[in-house]
Amino acid sequence: MKHIAIGILGAAALGWMASAASATTLGDVKAKGFIQCGVSTGLAGFSAPDDKGDWKGIDADFCRAVAAAVFGDGTKVKFTPLSAKERFTALQSGEIDILSRNTTWTINRDTALGLNFIGVTYYDGQGFMINAKKLPGVNSALQLSGAAVCVQSGTTTELNLADYFKANKMEYNPVVFEKLEEVNAAYDAGRCDVYTTDQSGLYGIRLTLSAPADHVVLPEIISKEPLGPAVRQGDDQWYHIVKWTYFALLQAEELGITQANVEELKTSDNPEIKRVLGQEAETKIGTDLGVSNDWVVNIVKAVGNYGEMFERNVGTGSPLKIARGINALWTKGGLQYAPPIR
Amino acid sequence: MASQEVIREEPSRGSFINDPKVRGIFFQAVVVILLVAGVWWIVHNVIENLQRLHIASGFGFLKNRAGFDIPVRPIAYTSDSTYGDAIIVGLINTLIVAGAGIITATIIGFVVGIGRLSRNWLIRKICTVYVEVFRNIPPLLVIFFWYSGVLAVLPAPRDSFNLPFGSFLNQRGFYFPRAIWGEGSWLIFVALLVGIAMAWFVARTARQRQMATGQQFPVLWTSLALIVGLPLLAYALSGFPLSFDFPKQSTFNLTGGFQIGPEFLSLYLALSFYTASFIAEIVRAGILGVSKGQTEAAGALGLRPGSILRLVVVPQAMRIVIPPLTSQYLNLTKNSSLAIAIGYPDLTAIAGTVLNQTGQAVEGVLIMMVVYLIISLVTSAVMNVVNARMALVER
Repeated sequence: MKHIAIGILGAAALGWMASAASATTLGDVKAKGFIQCGVSTGLAGFSAPDDKGDWKGIDADFCRAVAAAVFGDGTKVKFTPLSAKERFTALQSGEIDILSRNTTWTINRDTALGLNFIGVTYYDGQGFMINAKKLPGVNSALQLSGAAVCVQSGTTTELNLADYFKANKMEYNPVVFEKLEEVNAAYDAGRCDVYTTDQSGLYGIRLTLSAPADHVVLPEIISKEPLGPAVRQGDDQWYHIVKWTYFALLQAEELGITQANVEELKTSDNPEIKRVLGQEAETKIGTDLGVSNDWVVNIVKAVGNYGEMFERNVGTGSPLKIARGINALWTKGGLQYAPPIR
Repeated sequence: MASQEVIREEPSRGSFINDPKVRGIFFQAVVVILLVAGVWWIVHNVIENLQRLHIASGFGFLKNRAGFDIPVRPIAYTSDSTYGDAIIVGLINTLIVAGAGIITATIIGFVVGIGRLSRNWLIRKICTVYVEVFRNIPPLLVIFFWYSGVLAVLPAPRDSFNLPFGSFLNQRGFYFPRAIWGEGSWLIFVALLVGIAMAWFVARTARQRQMATGQQFPVLWTSLALIVGLPLLAYALSGFPLSFDFPKQSTFNLTGGFQIGPEFLSLYLALSFYTASFIAEIVRAGILGVSKGQTEAAGALGLRPGSILRLVVVPQAMRIVIPPLTSQYLNLTKNSSLAIAIGYPDLTAIAGTVLNQTGQAVEGVLIMMVVYLIISLVTSAVMNVVNARMALVER
């Protein structure tokens, strides 16, 4: 009996190892026909469902861009809303293929959590928001000693907050919730004086409050919050596909390729544009990556270039009206820079 | 006769395989082996998976700096403390809310349970409505009801309700003066202990005298005088060493004094009121379980209704009440993990944060499970001791 049990066990273990060895994320994704994308539970401008239930925002669009690269169709994405606490486990366990959820890139997450961040789709920093009507005269974060501060648990925000108040020898009462909506509701109800999260998030959240005009975002930025998508470690091919989708979005903007002109530009005389769009004779750029050669055309057709994605979701085309700032291309004084596609 | 003997002896004479004893052992062994193999397979799988995904594992992270703050800190804790300290803070917060909830739920439950059997129509109906309302709403909704109630009804800190004795009530919680014990205040505590000891002695003597002579003695009033009077006397003698730290308005909140946050208040009230509705039904069942003849016999002996309840009915009802009461205490403790929904830093909330900050999901969940298991087993053990003492002693 014991031998049989060990036999069964050995077979099961072997079977499991075999499946782990053969499966790649790209193979799995193609087999199921869509990309499972982990997003937030609702952060305007990054990932939030609109009134029809479609996910909108930079993070949601990024997953569409990857779907366009893989399938030539940006709609082949399913979204999984995740709280800050659930997000890493969901990616580690294989429940999602990409985590695109305004997540800060840190060394600990890159190493100890088994993730690979593919780049920075939005350079952000942590800020504070207060109700200026209830607290007139407060115009700097350094005046916040003694305040009750609402914050989401399990975030880098929570850690930066503790560090900032400690470094400036100020007291505060943390009011900590697990879900973003709970933090929003508590702040709106007056449970705390201050709301802290990434500054882009503060602008988005302000729109959802009962009286947005009463609230101001304080000028201080207390941390670096490079937000970007992440994938699991141990699958270099998938890592490269997701990473170069991001670079392709930047490259398209740099070359002036937009959703509107991408079809015309296929016949452009500019060799760089032809190369990026996969129109070079005998090109292998796309197939080497594991996708089709017109992958950049598909990406731009689905979501536009990085600039279009930015303006539509958080910039001038959105209620958030956030300026490009450090998220401009390197050619315009920003930090967004893509290695050459060649 | 003969055929019966044959049937009885067949098993032991039959083949080895047909021996029920051997069969029993064989199947038990199979189950044990399968169980052990199953557990081993799961553990092996987890370890292998973690290694394959390059995820750090082990419990070493508990000694690392936590870096986050916790709103409610019953023991000294700062962001420089370790993850282990943070989990202990969470555990203590869970124990505080569960302990307070159990006491309050028991009191409300007994009052309502007895009230449902009252001869007064109004009291009976009010208690019935209470039980039916709270028993039929999920506990999470009861918690939200209290939390939004607290946040929606109470004013902002600037317009706090002023209560007597320098206390305040607002959205941020209930503030009351914190006592600061001055020099010589140890005398008060000694006096309190002496008072309690003397009250116990008086109660014992009075009981013995009643047993011997049938004469009663006003134990309650004497004890009260001893327990309250002696410390007051000591307070006056040692020169009034007690002072208070009153809560004061500052830019944002009230500072100073002692603060109970709305998260604790709503969780505590919700758990107490919710569980009390179940305890009330258990108490009612216990009292109805005592045969009517007992009450009538006690009445025939000339006992007053209050004494009948206290001396005859309740002690017998307790034997029926305690086992299901234990389950309710365990439920209350486990329901306290719903605290996470309103941001009270209990064990689940803090372990969840630790899990997220470190990414040690398996270890984090394991710690939570083991701790809740220990809390539940200890509660059960204590209640079993109480139950054993209450059990019918045959004479």
